[in-house]
Amino acid sequence: MGGAGAPPLRSDARAPQRRLVASFASTFDALEAERLCRAASVPGRIIPLPAQIRADCGLAWVLPAEDAARQAFLAALAGRVQPVALTELAL
Amino acid sequence: MIYLNNAATSARKPPCVVEAVARALTSGAGSSARGAAAADLDAARTVFEARCALAELFAFSHPERVVFFANATQALNTAIFGTVRPGDHVVATAYEHNSVLRPLALLERTRGARVSYVPVARSGAIALEDFDRLITPGTRLVAVSHASNLTGAVLPVAEVARMAHARGALVLVDAAQTAGALPVELDALGADLAAFTGHKALMGPQGTGGLAVAPQVEVEPLFCGGTGVQSARDRQPDTYPEHLEAGTANTPGLAGLAAGVRFVQEQGVEGIRAREEALRARFVSGVSAVPGVRVYGEGDGMGHVATVALNVGDADSARVADALAQRWGIATRAGLHCAPRAHEALGTRGQGAVRFSLGFYTTADEVDAAVRAVAAVARELA
Repeated sequence: MGGAGAPPLRSDARAPQRRLVASFASTFDALEAERLCRAASVPGRIIPLPAQIRADCGLAWVLPAEDAARQAFLAALAGRVQPVALTELAL
Repeated sequence: MIYLNNAATSARKPPCVVEAVARALTSGAGSSARGAAAADLDAARTVFEARCALAELFAFSHPERVVFFANATQALNTAIFGTVRPGDHVVATAYEHNSVLRPLALLERTRGARVSYVPVARSGAIALEDFDRLITPGTRLVAVSHASNLTGAVLPVAEVARMAHARGALVLVDAAQTAGALPVELDALGADLAAFTGHKALMGPQGTGGLAVAPQVEVEPLFCGGTGVQSARDRQPDTYPEHLEAGTANTPGLAGLAAGVRFVQEQGVEGIRAREEALRARFVSGVSAVPGVRVYGEGDGMGHVATVALNVGDADSARVADALAQRWGIATRAGLHCAPRAHEALGTRGQGAVRFSLGFYTTADEVDAAVRAVAAVARELA
């Protein structure tokens, strides 16, 4: 698995933007979400789990905050992975 | 060297396995589930891919419940210590390896577990009636090898699982000798827990193995520690694989294991099985014709993976194995093969046996050379 597929969603600490962050119960779920999103060309990328969501370790998936992106993301997961939460943050 | 100790490990690996390990070691792969930078994500994806490859091979629809350990022994210990409670009744067979026998013996001593062993006849046969007699409604776990590491006998796991499930027992299958050599489909076998090793017929590196845990099966962790998720909790996560996996994953090893599994899938397990079965038959036919050679388990009425145990007269199995190694360059294994109850059953507890285990790279010429070498040893010892 490499860089092909969905374009990365870069963060810029100097100009945070609203994003949706999907958190997961396990690393496996985060990577399965990545695989499904890449297969469906849904934009997003893996990031470290933000402390604003949970002071913890782990991986999360960040995607644009728009409704269409949320719908595409959930459609890509197709119920095969259940995010613990979808949280809007400035990243 | 002619390597006929594949039941211990497949010494020669396919180039794709070597390349996958080398790539993981040299391309800067980081630590799986320990960061989200490119190197660490590469490692996490490698481990993820290995889980998915194993699940596919086992026709198992829960790759997240394929849990990695350093070998089948750790997987079997996890399954046994994680399911058997104080006073529980366990059924195992006399074919089991010490990786099952010793944990069970420890549980007998420390948790008051009660263990019943399904006997193996002198012929190597094992009777379903004995499973039927020993598995009771109070039995917690039935531990059964998919194939014996001594004679290669393939046990009737699916039938045993049906009996066990009808009485509410969990079924633990030790697939160390079969994963990659026989079709191992967990649902078809009825396995609640299946332990595998990566470095035998799956062609991966040593230091890899694991346990597949069916949904709804509760296993208490044997190892606790870092998981890279849910770090604020004071206990292992409930989610798999982290529930049973703790500590840094063997990413280079698992990269090799994933490549080995893909290699096996490309070759086709059925094709591998057919080829090894033919080579085994060739070997058994050859050595059976040598005066003084006794092959064990051939009258057991079961199928076999490509492993054969024999003795030459009353000669110490170690002496025969040493002669084969030193004079003919043939690697076999003598002694008790970590299966003392199986040897007891076959009557070879004192002498041991010489085990010839063929593998993916074994050729017909090597089999013929091994037969000639056994005949020569037999002549010398006559």
